[in-house]
Amino acid sequence: MVKNMNLEKSEKIKKKLGRSSVGIAGLGGLGSNAAVALARAGIGKMILVDFDIVEKKNLTRQYYFLDQIGKLKVDALRENLEKINPEIIIETYNLKLEKNSMEKPFIDVDVVIEALDRAEIKAAFIEESLSKLPDKHVVAASGVAGYGNSDRIVTKRLGNLYMCYDEHALSSDDDVLMAPRVALMANWEANLALEIILGEDKWALK
Amino acid sequence: MGIEVNGRKVEWVKNETVKYLLRRMRYTFPLVVVKINDKIIPRKDFSDVIVPDNSKVAVIHMISGG
Repeated sequence: MVKNMNLEKSEKIKKKLGRSSVGIAGLGGLGSNAAVALARAGIGKMILVDFDIVEKKNLTRQYYFLDQIGKLKVDALRENLEKINPEIIIETYNLKLEKNSMEKPFIDVDVVIEALDRAEIKAAFIEESLSKLPDKHVVAASGVAGYGNSDRIVTKRLGNLYMCYDEHALSSDDDVLMAPRVALMANWEANLALEIILGEDKWALK
Repeated sequence: MGIEVNGRKVEWVKNETVKYLLRRMRYTFPLVVVKINDKIIPRKDFSDVIVPDNSKVAVIHMISGG
């Protein structure tokens, strides 16, 4: 009996996630790892935005492989996601997000994940997407650099903004970026995206 | 009369802009996202927007890395 209930619940979740879409701004350590987690979880559609190519130094934390060095990140990540789930619908934009049009690729997604690197561009992206897409849920991260101190990370919710946040972390200009903490925050962002998407059905799914 | 900044109760100052509130709170981080009563305040407006009495202000510090 219990087994059947669980099956029903997981079918409902699968269905809901399969119909949902997530946009990811930036495909570095945060974005590439969040995308992989969401592909495995069963998100039906992803919009991926980055302007960069894969470099050897990225492999310390980003979800790419040696034989992908020199490829566009949007293409390399698409390959990796399709190896996990070939049915996922992926839209890619090989472009640099510029002020005044940053929200454009994400107009139709259910949740936007901010996965950019520089503090200034992060702040600008959050500001623009929240003000131009007031009904959109935006997940962001601040304070990924360093190692250890997992317990300092918290979720801060401000209206439609969900921040994965360690206010005591140093800037990546002054501290190392390493796989465990970057992937921790990337998965934290992905987990928040699932919570937002499934949230409205939380009780119905129980 | 008073406002709340990141959950802390603080005195409300008449005609105080976001810029001066950040200075008064000693929030000297170069990059912050500010919300007043759940409305995002664009950075270019920090010197113009006046913080209303009884408002709830949230200041988030953006740190490089991604």
